[in-house]
Parts: sequence; structure tokens; C-alpha cells
Amino acid sequence: MNTNDQQQPVSDTASPGTGDASGKGKNGSGWIILLFFVIGLIGSLAGGWLFFPDLLYSEKQQPIDFNHKLHMGVVYEGCQSCHYFREDGSFSGIPDLYSCSGCHQYPQGTNPEEKKFIEEYVRPNKAVPWLVYSEQPDCVFFSHAAHVKGADMKCQTCHGKMGQTTHARPYQENRLTGYSRDIWGYNIARLGEPKYGLRMKMNDCAECHKKRTGHKGACFQCHQ
Amino acid sequence: MKEEHGDKHTKRYGMVIDLDKCTGCGACMVACYAENNVPFKKDETDKLDSLNWIRIFQLTNGKPYPDTEICYLPMPCQHCDGIGKHGHPPCVSVCPAIATDYDDSTGVVSQIPTRCFGCRYCMAACPYHARKFNWWDPVWPADTKKYLNPNVSTRMRGVVEKCTLCFHRYQQARDKAYLEGREEIYESEYQPACAQACPTNAITFGDLNNPDHAVFKLKNSPRAFRLLERLHTNPKVYYLSSKTWVRRAGDNYLENESRPKSNRQKIHS
Repeated sequence: MNTNDQQQPVSDTASPGTGDASGKGKNGSGWIILLFFVIGLIGSLAGGWLFFPDLLYSEKQQPIDFNHKLHMGVVYEGCQSCHYFREDGSFSGIPDLYSCSGCHQYPQGTNPEEKKFIEEYVRPNKAVPWLVYSEQPDCVFFSHAAHVKGADMKCQTCHGKMGQTTHARPYQENRLTGYSRDIWGYNIARLGEPKYGLRMKMNDCAECHKKRTGHKGACFQCHQ
Repeated sequence: MKEEHGDKHTKRYGMVIDLDKCTGCGACMVACYAENNVPFKKDETDKLDSLNWIRIFQLTNGKPYPDTEICYLPMPCQHCDGIGKHGHPPCVSVCPAIATDYDDSTGVVSQIPTRCFGCRYCMAACPYHARKFNWWDPVWPADTKKYLNPNVSTRMRGVVEKCTLCFHRYQQARDKAYLEGREEIYESEYQPACAQACPTNAITFGDLNNPDHAVFKLKNSPRAFRLLERLHTNPKVYYLSSKTWVRRAGDNYLENESRPKSNRQKIHS
């Protein structure tokens, strides 16, 4: 207390004219630092988004370069020939090895990918570690039956023209979250038409539900 | 789903537990642990931090032998409708993260552990202690991880969890109904694990709004009561007991309390 009392008048009387100016100068330099910080932040964000948008993602190739178009030509029931509903209403998703080996016990053609598939997976009876573009976290419940059977939606609405692809595109994994790039969407700003089917974040589900059913739905509609 | 919200098909899933039939065997608790991936500790002697979505209380009339009577009371989340059935259970009203909500179409009070940040307001608000806090990350000894239910997401340290009335089973039943082009699911298609495991059929589960379901008739039985009914939490779990002291204990009357009417007046004044 004593020292404070003594120092206060000293500093007051010592700089009656200059104290004001130096105070302003301090304030001003603070703003400049903040301005530089903001410019730097915007610059680096914009630079990253514009010039290195893929830096956030690591790329992986599918174990087998699958040709959807070729298979669509030889099956009878479209997508549901391989991606079928089970009797209990659950969705099979990516076909298991057994579904494939029904036809591919022996090579059907001369395609090296098919040969690789048979030698590496069918013969040793090993499941193919497919990378799922639309893989959701563990806590998400998604009912294919509700959408495809209940709401009569087409596969293409969410998955895009997957059935027309001749090559399996690389799977891009978000380095931070570990999820597929398809979930966030290919445009970092999430603007414009999605490139490969619909974006699949929670907000995207809620938006579509709000639009089509008038209600976002309760938590348990999609969470488990 | 539009047709599910606020029209005449609105369901109120609930339970009727017959305490005259309950033997306190604990099969419902075991079934619940297995079904919902509820974590357990190596040493479960300290029940204060045990996790369980349904647990059994032992009630006694407090009289000396030979008049002693024991009653076992299994208690899951009561899935309160709140005052006036507006879907405002005590826990939902206080959650700052909207990690729990009331499903208008089924009446189930949800809990989304991935959204919860563990403030535990809901636990403080819940008069039934139905909500449990994960003090540790779950540890699955040896191979038990392989036996986890894939339809229920496991929780992590620092979040609250509670009974969901096995909602994943409802979802599965709905899936089957969609595939078969049905609007409604059958009563037998959606039953929680505890109700199925009960060896004495003390737990009956169904839609309380549907006159065809067994619970509809049971809940109007003269033996029926609900826990802490005077708090107006409006639970969807009903209990049946032929013993007056059990029914009184359910509403938590203290020995020196007189009549429920006077208490209600006291609360509102």
C-alpha cells in the first residue's frame, strides 16, 4: 500500500504531456498486431483452401478396382442384386465375399483386377477390406429400409452415379477426423452441387428431413 | 417422419412392472448389461459409481419378524412425459447441450452420449436417479469386446447414459415393417431386453396408447401406481402391487406424513 501511494503521484507528475501520447501509441500498435494476425489468418486459410484443398486428406486406393458399370450390365435387379435387404429389414451394405464368389469362383474374363481378386481373396477365403465412402460413426443409425422402401427414394439420390462408374475412385480420408471426404463433401465451403452424391453430415440429414417431412426428427431417429 | 409427429398414431411406449411377481432375481439387469453394452468394473462393491440402466431396489415395510415384508422394485428410466404430456421431462428441460430430447412419436426420452459433455445437470434433475455417469472409460476384459452389441454405441468417460427402452430394437422392428410394407409394428416385435429376460413375466412392455397392447389394460388396474407421482413427472413406467405399504413407498411418503392431498398443497403454495 505504502509503495503504491508513493509511486502513483510520481508517475502522474512525471509525464503529464507525454504519458497521453505513449498510451495512444501502445493502443495503436495493439491494433496493428491484431490486424496483421487477422490478415495472416485469412491469408493462410484462403491459401490453404484455394491452393491446397487436398492437404487435409490422405488418399487410399480400393483393394480391387471395381467396375460398377460392367456389373450393372449383367445383373437383373440393379443395385439390389448385390446390395440387398435381408429378411429382417436390415441392409446388407457392401456384399460379402460369398456373394462375389458365387460368380467369381473362376475368372470370367481376362481382367487383371478380377484375377487379383480371385487369387488374393476368393482362394484364401479372405474378406475384401473395401473402403466405404459413406462410412458413418458408430453412434449413427441409418435405416436404408426407411429411405428406400418407406420414402421410395432412389439409390442415386444419396450415392450419386456410383452405379455408372468404371473405376473405383480413391478413398480420401480426413486426416483429422479419420472419416471419408464424402461425409463433409468435396467442396470445403460446402457450397454448390455435391460431386459424388449427397453430403452426409448430420446437418445434411436434418436439412433434408426438414424439407421433406417438415420435422428434423428426434435424436433417436438417427442416433444409437 | 411426418406421419409420426403429432397425429393420432402417436405412441407412448411404456412398461408395467408387477411387483407382486418380481422375485428380485436380477435377470433384467443382466440382460440390460448385455444388450446395451453397459460397462462394469472389476470391483462392483461400490454401488455408488456403478453403471446400470435398470436396477433393483429392495423395499421393506420396516416391521419386525414375523410381520416383515420385502418387495423388490426394478427401476429403469421412467421416461417421463412431464406436466401435461408436453414432452418436458425434468432432465430434458435442464440439458444445456440438447443431448437428451423427448421423441414425440414414441414418447421415449433419448440420451445422446456423443453430444453430452458431462455437466450432469440431468442427473441432478432426475428424481429417480435413472441417469448414470461414466467416471471411467469402459474396460472390456479379454474377449468380451467381441460380444458387444453392434447396434448400441459404447460410451466414453465423462458422459451420462441411461435406459433407452432398447430403442435400437424399435428401429429394427421399423426396418422390418418398412420392408414388408406395414405402417405399424407388432407388439411382440418391439420388446426391451429386460422384459424378455424376466422369468416371472413381471415386466410387460408396449404402447400405452394402444388398447390392443397388454400394458393398456394393466396400467388402469387398481393395483397400479407410479413412482413419485406427486412430482407430476408423469412417468411411463407403471408398477403394480397389491400391498398398500408398497404403493405408499412408491410415492415416497414419510412415516410422519399425513395425506397426499395436504402434501400437494404444500408443494404448490
